[in-house]
Amino acid sequence: MNTELSKNQATASFRFSLSLFALLSAFVVLVVMNARASGLIEAATAMLVTSAVAAGVAFVLVSVFDTKRTAMIVLGAMGLVLGLFAGGVGMAIAGAILSVLIAHFVFWIHYRHYRDGLPNYLSSNEILWHYTYLIICAVIFVFLIAPILVIIPLSFNVEPYFTFTEKMLAFDPDGYSARWYDLLLTFGMLEPDAPRDMSWWADAWANANWINAAKNSIIIGFFATILATTLGTIAALGLSRSEMPYRRAIMAILISPMIVPIIIVATGLFFFYSKVGIHTWGIPYFGVVLAHATLGIPFVIITVTATLVGFDHSLTRAAASLGADPVATFRRVQMPLILPGVVSGALFAFVTSFDEVVVVLFVGALDEQTIPRQMWNGIREQISPAILSVATILVVISILLLTTVELLRRRSERLRGVTPH
Amino acid sequence: MSDATANQLLTTADGKPLKSALARAERRARHRAFLLVLPLLAFILITFVTPIAQMLHQSVYNEGFTMHTEIGSGERTPIMVNIKEWFDQNPAGTEPDEAAFAALAEDMKTLRELRAAGSAGTRINYERSGTRSMFTKAARNANKLEPPFKEAFIDLDEDWTDPALWRVMRDASSAYTMNFYLAAIDLTKSPDGDITSVAQNRQVYVTLFQRTLFLSVLITFLTFALGYPVAHLLATLPLRYSNLLMILVLLPFWTSLLVRTTSWMVLLQSQGVINDALVGVGLLGDENRLQMMYNQIGTVVAMTHILLPFMVLPLYSVMRPINPSYVRAARSLGATSWTAFWRIYFPQTIPGIGAGALLVFILSVGYYITPALVGGASGQLISNLIAFHMQNSLNWSLAAALAALLLGGVLILYWLYDRLVGIDNLKLG
Repeated sequence: MNTELSKNQATASFRFSLSLFALLSAFVVLVVMNARASGLIEAATAMLVTSAVAAGVAFVLVSVFDTKRTAMIVLGAMGLVLGLFAGGVGMAIAGAILSVLIAHFVFWIHYRHYRDGLPNYLSSNEILWHYTYLIICAVIFVFLIAPILVIIPLSFNVEPYFTFTEKMLAFDPDGYSARWYDLLLTFGMLEPDAPRDMSWWADAWANANWINAAKNSIIIGFFATILATTLGTIAALGLSRSEMPYRRAIMAILISPMIVPIIIVATGLFFFYSKVGIHTWGIPYFGVVLAHATLGIPFVIITVTATLVGFDHSLTRAAASLGADPVATFRRVQMPLILPGVVSGALFAFVTSFDEVVVVLFVGALDEQTIPRQMWNGIREQISPAILSVATILVVISILLLTTVELLRRRSERLRGVTPH
Repeated sequence: MSDATANQLLTTADGKPLKSALARAERRARHRAFLLVLPLLAFILITFVTPIAQMLHQSVYNEGFTMHTEIGSGERTPIMVNIKEWFDQNPAGTEPDEAAFAALAEDMKTLRELRAAGSAGTRINYERSGTRSMFTKAARNANKLEPPFKEAFIDLDEDWTDPALWRVMRDASSAYTMNFYLAAIDLTKSPDGDITSVAQNRQVYVTLFQRTLFLSVLITFLTFALGYPVAHLLATLPLRYSNLLMILVLLPFWTSLLVRTTSWMVLLQSQGVINDALVGVGLLGDENRLQMMYNQIGTVVAMTHILLPFMVLPLYSVMRPINPSYVRAARSLGATSWTAFWRIYFPQTIPGIGAGALLVFILSVGYYITPALVGGASGQLISNLIAFHMQNSLNWSLAAALAALLLGGVLILYWLYDRLVGIDNLKLG
């Protein structure tokens, strides 16, 4: 009875599914033929033949195989073999993946799996719109992420171009190299061509421009983070108390460094620092560290007050009633609860400093080269793929930081008993 | 409790009235809370508020024509004192007489001694171009100037009798001036002191403010159009999927701004990835590659990408708690899916739209880095012009005035954001 029904369904949807496959494959052929600038008759013939073949393959697939899985395996194997004959390992892998996807798609359309999981009252138009919406979202996600991912392979380009060469597209190992990463080490060295022994590395550590920039960035970021996190955490504790007077106004002032355009901050600091003569004080990085701490403070305030929302103040009272002094209460009761917020605030503050270029350009001394400043100069003057390799390293760092912050957030939510929303 | 004790004042153990003891304890708690915030508040006041106040001061104060500061020793000498005296004695619009030129000649001698003719002339040059060289020339020949001084100056340069020049010198002879604000909105003063707009071909700033506003509105709209579907998808998917997809939104948020701008340069340039792909697919001929960078398209595309997370995150946090049964109820009552969305779902997301749009707009109005790198000439925003006057033309007072106008706009928006959304609701991921 049940198999009878599904058979009926299958015959009923053959007209729909087969014509859909024929149309889709004809469209793909149209695009390809357009790219090759083929003649009209040639293109039309190719489209007709391909759509017939596509409909045929789909018909055979659905009629011969009972389950989707066997169809996917068999078609995938065929794609693998075809790809291997057509050209190399790369093509074989591409062919296998493509055929598996095609088999999946054919079964998905033909047996109307696209209705699975959706409310059964939706009309076919609404179903179509639902999938259009998903495709739109996918395109937006690609828009979000592709620009960041595209620089990673390009940073291994052997040629000094910012585009994929033919060798790269063919996955030819000759198209790739780590020469731009090497340039990061050697650029600015006294003797970059010397044999790579201890003295070469010492030379790189002392003189390579990017290494010096990294050192400066880390020193500035470290001190700015310490300053911002300490002051910000203490202030957040005060701000989250219900007795805090003028809470809203003070909060608005403390968050404003995040809102005020960076060029205004830089301009103001430029006037202020030259008035007080901060460069004559002889403390290296001092002006930049102060400025970066200021820029990082809003992030610390936001993340720490967020962990203090819903903080049960009877916990501190309980600690006090059990004889703990305020310091012990803070250290043993409050600190463990807000620590995730403090750490993610500190990471935010560090990233803000590590990424900041405008203030450094305006008030930094000439020898205070940071990574963003070096990138800025590189982009404006002699843009080379070395910039892309720096960018790739920074992307990897930000992936690590993002993972850390996400884990911390979940830990904080678990600690405070807040269900993630 | 008997009536007698109820009427008695309630006291603490040591005999003080309970009410005042409570008030004291509350005051102490307030002080304690405030003391915790005080160090940071002081820090922000010194490193952030004071510099900005200093900048605002710079926008109305320029002592280039009144005071000379020796580089190195920092010694300050008043300059142009004689001509200032003449300006004080004669009302605005007076034809400069022989006494005025005599005073000017005296001041030129001082300028020559101090080697300050360049900086004094530069101050006048901000408002009347071509003046700096007149000053340096006059100071060079200061010792040769002899009465009648008016003719002596005219011999040096006929423009010395120009009423516009004398109007500018009169204004500049007092260090406090609003002229830089006038200049920042394309206004100037006529020789008689009336405020008029500058010549058509020299109007730049109003156009630039308009362009900044227009591009910011456009970028805000684009981030909304792109962010809304994504936030909706994230908010309706089960958590284990939406947390994974959320990474795709948060990763750009965490990636360096310069990295993202660089990526867009790689993608958009005429020999870049997008153009290559379009040519490769055959949609574009090799000879007419799209010019997508160093113009407004570059600025808009890159900034939309960079600011998109700031739209998605507030939208998401508003959409997540929306109960899906409202939409289902609407459907069961016969609403089409569009009606159910537009009448039921969309109104509930308006707070998120407001929060996201305001945040994106505030951030994009003051954007500097991305337009500077991918904007070319037509994609520059007001921030870039401030940087130009700070670093290239060195007209710091004009830069400060432009910055003050921008700051005023941003602070109004910030105030609005605080009123509508509340700063406490600012979320980061």
